[in-house]
Amino acid sequence: MKKLAIGLAAAMTLALAGGAQAQAYPTRPITMIVPFAAGGPTDIIARIVGDHMSKTLGQQLVIENVAGAGGTTGITRAVTAAPDGYTIAMGHLGTFSAAPATYPGLKYDPINGMQTIGLAGGTPILIVARKNLEPKDLKEFVAYVKANADKVNEAHAGLGSVSWTTCTLLKGQLGVPKLNAVAYRGTGPALNDLVSGQIDFMCDQIVSVAEQVKAGTIKAYAVASAQRSPALPDVPTTTEAGLPEYQIEAWNGIAGPKGMPKEAVDRLVDALNKALNDEGTKKRLLDLGTVLPTAEERTPAGFAALIKRDADKLSPALSAAPK
Amino acid sequence: MFSNLSLGFGVALSLQNLALCFAGCLVGTLIGVLPGVGPIATIAILLPITFGLDPVGALIMLAGIYYGAQYGGSTTAILVNIPGEATSVVTTLDGHQMAKQGRAGVALGTAALGSFFAGCVATLFIAALGAPLTKLALLFGPAEYFSLMVMGLCFAVVLARGSILKAFCMIMLGLLLSTVGTDLETGQERMTMGFPPLADGIDFAVLAMGVFGFAEVLRNLENTETRDVVRAKIGRLLPGWDDIKQSIKPVLRGTLLGGILGILPGNGAVLGPFASYTLEKKLAKDPSRFGKGAIEGVAGPESANNAGAQTAFIPLLTLGIPPNAVMALMVGAMTIHGIIPGPQVMTKNPELFWGMIASMWIGNLMLLVINLPLVGVWVKLLQVPYRLMFPSILIFCCIGIYSVNNQPVDVAFTAMFGLFGYLLIKLGFEPAPMLLGFVLGKLMEEKLRQALIISRGSFMTFLERPISAGLLVVAVAILVIALLPSINKKRDEVFTE
Repeated sequence: MKKLAIGLAAAMTLALAGGAQAQAYPTRPITMIVPFAAGGPTDIIARIVGDHMSKTLGQQLVIENVAGAGGTTGITRAVTAAPDGYTIAMGHLGTFSAAPATYPGLKYDPINGMQTIGLAGGTPILIVARKNLEPKDLKEFVAYVKANADKVNEAHAGLGSVSWTTCTLLKGQLGVPKLNAVAYRGTGPALNDLVSGQIDFMCDQIVSVAEQVKAGTIKAYAVASAQRSPALPDVPTTTEAGLPEYQIEAWNGIAGPKGMPKEAVDRLVDALNKALNDEGTKKRLLDLGTVLPTAEERTPAGFAALIKRDADKLSPALSAAPK
Repeated sequence: MFSNLSLGFGVALSLQNLALCFAGCLVGTLIGVLPGVGPIATIAILLPITFGLDPVGALIMLAGIYYGAQYGGSTTAILVNIPGEATSVVTTLDGHQMAKQGRAGVALGTAALGSFFAGCVATLFIAALGAPLTKLALLFGPAEYFSLMVMGLCFAVVLARGSILKAFCMIMLGLLLSTVGTDLETGQERMTMGFPPLADGIDFAVLAMGVFGFAEVLRNLENTETRDVVRAKIGRLLPGWDDIKQSIKPVLRGTLLGGILGILPGNGAVLGPFASYTLEKKLAKDPSRFGKGAIEGVAGPESANNAGAQTAFIPLLTLGIPPNAVMALMVGAMTIHGIIPGPQVMTKNPELFWGMIASMWIGNLMLLVINLPLVGVWVKLLQVPYRLMFPSILIFCCIGIYSVNNQPVDVAFTAMFGLFGYLLIKLGFEPAPMLLGFVLGKLMEEKLRQALIISRGSFMTFLERPISAGLLVVAVAILVIALLPSINKKRDEVFTE
């Protein structure tokens, strides 16, 4: 009897929830998983965008930090959750484009196994070096690295991180995949050793290193994007500096489990776009050195295309990288 | 310096900033008292709330949460033997013993006064020497850091109350536990037995709350009488003149040690309390009092802990490089407010730099005002019957652990470590050396490999670099000093038998 009562109650709750959902998604708070520790670049973008999305959706967008395994733990949890539109995730270049080639046992398929919502923003990648490293520009640097492949030290923030992913791509393109790589727990400690001259170079998001470059404690060779960054207008692009094939951006975007109701997808895309069009939110993102996504990239199809494009670009270098 | 400080106080003493500083300190104290709920989670949750504030006010509040949590953390360590963070592990050793002897109020009061003194000195320290001290952080590369960790591990041997052999085993176990998880360089999973929740290793909070908190509850349940004794005698609430006289020197030494170690990159602040405890035990006329409620064992480490928490701001404010996870979060907070930390914060945003420093001093004063009256309340809490108290301790622990990674399996792990910790107590093994080994293990392995990769595999790098070599010499000296008496003692034991 008791079991029956519970069953009935459950069925009624489901029916009610279903009915309410049909009326207006969302009827309860939405969880947005950030697969990294609080305070990191992805977390900050998620909190800025999520804050405004909550206003549009009329329900709180709760940020839940589920860190681990280069962000794949959190994304696995999000894309294998019930596809009801109440669990989504903010992932980045590493978790969506690089992960399949980095982690052989990955439990999700970013290309075919999830519902993309849209891109929230991108951050250009900068090639930086200790201030007294000999080469004066990118061309000299490329020649120097090739000639001294047994001497140069590169720093990165651990397997699967943005710095590891983007630097592995660079090393693959330069033909020095086995260059000495020193792993750190996060870019903070890596930056410390770069400033003190213990290591020679690294690739990192412009926001993390721009102030050091401006102060002259480290030097920048090039920014790996089509346009110069307003944060460092004096630093040439890789195209200008003679390495046009090295183009990569550390972007962050939202996705959820495959099979989400169309209404939920539409509402989330709309909320994301309203957030990105809001002057206050826009200013916060631009202050971070973020490149705002194009109208195309803000759509599910456009974001999916970006994930595929970067996955194709990265996978040869990542699969060949020593692990 | 004085014109700068007056600029700072001008900023920090505005009504709004005072209120924010107070709010931060209060929230910090509360989350510090709640086991497991750490400053990282709290600052992250409160970050969006600060969007509407001006950057200086927002950062003053967030900083208040951080050092407020250091104050609050010692409360739980003393009252219920649960170290909320790595820095309060040492406080459990003598602080909880004092509580058991009915001197909880004295322990709490000493911790608060010592922390206040350390906080004031550290504030002046940052103001006067912040810029030149930055160079110290840059002198420490992977090789130096590894040697520092070796020195830290030698402290652990001295920490032990009983058998050195047992302490050594526990350190090794701690090191072993720290290697569980994904290899940083290769991405290989180590000792995870294919179990995904172990892929990122064991969380400090999970281990510490298990072997200390849960195990302590189990032990107390087994033996209800001792609890009643604690309840019966409460004793005086604040430290008396004798207590203060006994604490002055440990507080001074702890402040200096903690302050210097706090500047080092890679969470050097963790070592501060351990180093201070070791020093006090070595300097004491009667070292056998330690571990049985020696007030120096609370005064020194608590001062070191708080001094380190504050000097940890130096690398962030002068170099723009965060030395630990909480500071990394502060970088995030600053960037959100449009101030990207770098070497130029001091010249480009003087009102932020000096305002924060001034607010730290004000914050320390507020913490004293918040904490001293609370001592009475906390001590009264000990009078709550244990049958009501232990379920609440367990519930708060579970909430805290869950909040770290939002993983239910972490709570199960803590329960497992609780049983393990109970076993350790029964067999006479100390959990504190294990925790130190665990905390240092991860950093040690990382720095060892970084140093060896940079030196192309040459171990000589640790001896060729002068700072690194110096630290190793100190480590050997500590070991010799620690081991000699015990070897002698063993000889005596042999003779008496």
